[in-house]
Amino acid sequence: MHPTDFTLRGAIEALTEGTISAEELTRAHLDAIERLNPRLNAYITVTAEQALEQARASDERRRQGLAGPLEGVPLAIKDLFCTAGVRTTAGSRILGNFIPPYESTVSANLLRDGAVFLGKANLDEFAMGSSNATSAFGPVENPWSRRNDPETKLVPGGSSGGSAAAVAARLALGATATDTGGSIRQPAAFCGVAGIKPTYGRCSRFGIVAFASSLDQAGPVARTVEDCAILLRSMSGFDPKDSTSADVPVPDFAAACTRSVKGLRIGVPKEYRIEGMPAEIEALWRQGLEWLRDAGAELVEISLPHTKYALPTYYIVAPAEASSNLARYDGVRYGLRVEERGDDLTDLYERTRAAGFGAEVKRRIMIGTYVLSAGYYDAYYLKAQKVRALIKRDFDQAWDKVDAIVTPATPSAAFGMNEKTDDPVTMYLNDVFTVTANLAGLPGLAVPAGLDAQGLPLGLQVIGRAFDEETVFAVGAALERSANFTALPAVRAGA
Amino acid sequence: MSYTIEGRTGPWELVIGLEVHAQVISQAKLFSGAATAFGAEPNTQVSFIDAGFPGMLPVINRECVAQAVRTGLGLNAQVNLWSRFDRKNYFYADLPQGYQISQYQHPIIGHGVIEIELQDGSTKKVGITRLHLEQDAGKSLHDQHPTKSFIDLNRSGVALMEIVSEPDMRSPEEAGAYLAKLRQILRYLGTCDGNMDEGSMRADVNVSVRRPGEGFRTRCEVKNVNSIRFVMQAVEAEARRQIEVWEEGGTVEQETRLFDTARGVTRSMRSKEEAHDYRYFPDPDLPPLVLDPAWVEELKASLPELPDARRARYMRDFGLTAYDAHVLTLEKETAAYYETVAKGRDPKLAANWVMGDLFAALNRTKRSIEDSPVSAENLGALLDLMKDGTLSGKLAKEVFEAMVETGKAPGAIVEERGLRQVTDTGAIEAAVDKVLAANADKVAEYKSGKDKLFGFFVGQVMKAMQGKGNPALVNQVLKQKLG
Repeated sequence: MHPTDFTLRGAIEALTEGTISAEELTRAHLDAIERLNPRLNAYITVTAEQALEQARASDERRRQGLAGPLEGVPLAIKDLFCTAGVRTTAGSRILGNFIPPYESTVSANLLRDGAVFLGKANLDEFAMGSSNATSAFGPVENPWSRRNDPETKLVPGGSSGGSAAAVAARLALGATATDTGGSIRQPAAFCGVAGIKPTYGRCSRFGIVAFASSLDQAGPVARTVEDCAILLRSMSGFDPKDSTSADVPVPDFAAACTRSVKGLRIGVPKEYRIEGMPAEIEALWRQGLEWLRDAGAELVEISLPHTKYALPTYYIVAPAEASSNLARYDGVRYGLRVEERGDDLTDLYERTRAAGFGAEVKRRIMIGTYVLSAGYYDAYYLKAQKVRALIKRDFDQAWDKVDAIVTPATPSAAFGMNEKTDDPVTMYLNDVFTVTANLAGLPGLAVPAGLDAQGLPLGLQVIGRAFDEETVFAVGAALERSANFTALPAVRAGA
Repeated sequence: MSYTIEGRTGPWELVIGLEVHAQVISQAKLFSGAATAFGAEPNTQVSFIDAGFPGMLPVINRECVAQAVRTGLGLNAQVNLWSRFDRKNYFYADLPQGYQISQYQHPIIGHGVIEIELQDGSTKKVGITRLHLEQDAGKSLHDQHPTKSFIDLNRSGVALMEIVSEPDMRSPEEAGAYLAKLRQILRYLGTCDGNMDEGSMRADVNVSVRRPGEGFRTRCEVKNVNSIRFVMQAVEAEARRQIEVWEEGGTVEQETRLFDTARGVTRSMRSKEEAHDYRYFPDPDLPPLVLDPAWVEELKASLPELPDARRARYMRDFGLTAYDAHVLTLEKETAAYYETVAKGRDPKLAANWVMGDLFAALNRTKRSIEDSPVSAENLGALLDLMKDGTLSGKLAKEVFEAMVETGKAPGAIVEERGLRQVTDTGAIEAAVDKVLAANADKVAEYKSGKDKLFGFFVGQVMKAMQGKGNPALVNQVLKQKLG
């Protein structure tokens, strides 16, 4: 068995038993990155030397009996998390060669638990995108390809495309990611891996480059539901440096993965049967529900009546917050600065921001600025906030009837790199099943559940009550067991 | 008579409202742990949060909230148990986040009222519309380099209270009195040091004029006025400008203006059309600010005595005149000093010494009462030495001057200089006998009815005793001997 084929859980066991060292495990991943990253472009920055140092230090800690829960586990860190001393780009030119002097709370928690960082994973610029095509550091290629069209390069999804591709191609045992409208779940589904966006407030946002503060949430991507559970436990926890972080206990999520789903009421929202959805996704959804019923769960048809407003609501709230959050990239204190002789302050702003931001980021800044403007605020932003409250209420009412909700993760399988890119609205439709969980602040887990006719992975989504990730993991793990998803991407280490 | 300005076409009334920015006294900034001391080297009190670094998040400073609540209570205002922070978006080089966090829609403090005192002894109530918490911006320095501007972020993120008054003031004097009273209350509360020359208190002055009996006309806002005197001048200058516009048949346009202190006129800064669209929206990084009513009660119970209450107490308990009570309570440091001197002593005598000799000495030495050369304890001890007869009033003045010079306790000065007054009747009798013997002619005149000569004898005896004779005893012995 190649060391990169370990699950995260399996690697922890092997490290504990001493059949492999952290250094060997890390080196195997670095070799794989060296071989495959030039093609996949999953990493923007590879920190090989630092990773080996961390791995050796980890082996030393283990010798001293000081092993943490993630001791020696090599991970990819989405390049939206600030990492002390390591360049952090947010997939944008505007941050230039920004090297944060501080560590994000989530990545610090992982280091505290013994993890080794292989490098910084590629992403859509400022996490704005569903294909990883908006990255200033080039697109990421999905390690999967169509059975009868292997030449067409597919997108890994976004914005956490680098994280999902790296994990799928075995260039990391797991990865951090963030999800504002589906940026963990959609790329996980496209790359045939698992990923969870936990409840808003579960992970600290401190040190994560902000996109839309009321929606952003960090979470893990890994090859199994249990691996996600192990990572999430380390990533989570109250942080006094984030006022929106929740002061609630962090349960043993991995333990919840073996819980029976017997007697659980599973909600099937009728509004998620959308027009134009491929039949195989509809079929997979039905299949997933049957697996759960077979495992003893009860299926309950529910209605989330405001679902159809979720996408437009999201595309008002998220750009509004982004337009304000991205105002700090002005060329004055750090990052890119573009100026010419005789420029005044406004020229400096305009030149810097024109050169530093890509088209999609500019589009969202303009949308956000527009919806917050005097005269439009009430009609757009305020109305969107009201609809958001209604979407949240839909879920609150659903929880009286069900314990979890199961839906498709995405309306399609991974698409080609040159498909869908000309029309931003088509691209935005990728988030149709995932944005609701962000707007309502709920946990959502994507689980690979099957393949389409082209041999591409398709995922199902489990949505749960706020701070009830345990039920989400239990349902997700049950789906995973039934699906027995063993297909592998064409491009992967150890192949 | 209400205040008016006489224009060419008749009298005009003034309508004035003030927005005061008061820097909160706190160890740390409103949303970061960086220090707030005035006068530090540029960019030495800046956290990554204040500099708007990626991924940094604001966390509210509890003490700043407590200070705002204390201030609200001191302004007899409503404390809102639920308030919220909004982002005010605009680009400027000294605004690192690209937005200021402020309370636009839901301020922490609602309606209140304070009473101002005017020169003619009358009082007037001025309404407070609201008080909200917000971040200060950094400082742009344009005079350090021929082609570059420098930015100092020390002030970036410092907590400010914006205190907005109702348009209740009608004269420059009232505007000045309001600002003075507000500053006095803030200083008593210890929530703002009120040092306008250091920028820790600044006023935006809203002025309009109208014919007596009319409703409001268009107002203009004069920004960032930094002394009470300038506020009064700015009000008058802006009112006169507007009167001229109206009387010329023109229309006053709503705009933001600046007060040119050198020329004593206001200048246009930007018009309503040029006004920014700040795109206010609730800051998603900060949940609403919810106060525990019990905590507010605790703060209320621990509030210091405020100027109005203290002045009333001085009049009631110490029997001081309204004027003396007013002067002694103007600054809380003065009041504290006075109370130390007055404790267990004659409060009126204490007031006379503090307002008379002490104030004169402070003026002369250009020192404030906090670093007075004569401590309150020492001044009290001086009063005690007068009471127990050790010092005459005249000697006491001499000792006081020595205290101003040396800072020593009165007892030590009395000992060093041998200034103790003589109460030994034997010594006084001897001196009296000597004076009477030397002035037999005057004694005869006195005895024939020239009573006025008594003062002459007292003077001679005191002179003979180098001023140390106890005046009462000298009088007594003289009267005895002269029959």
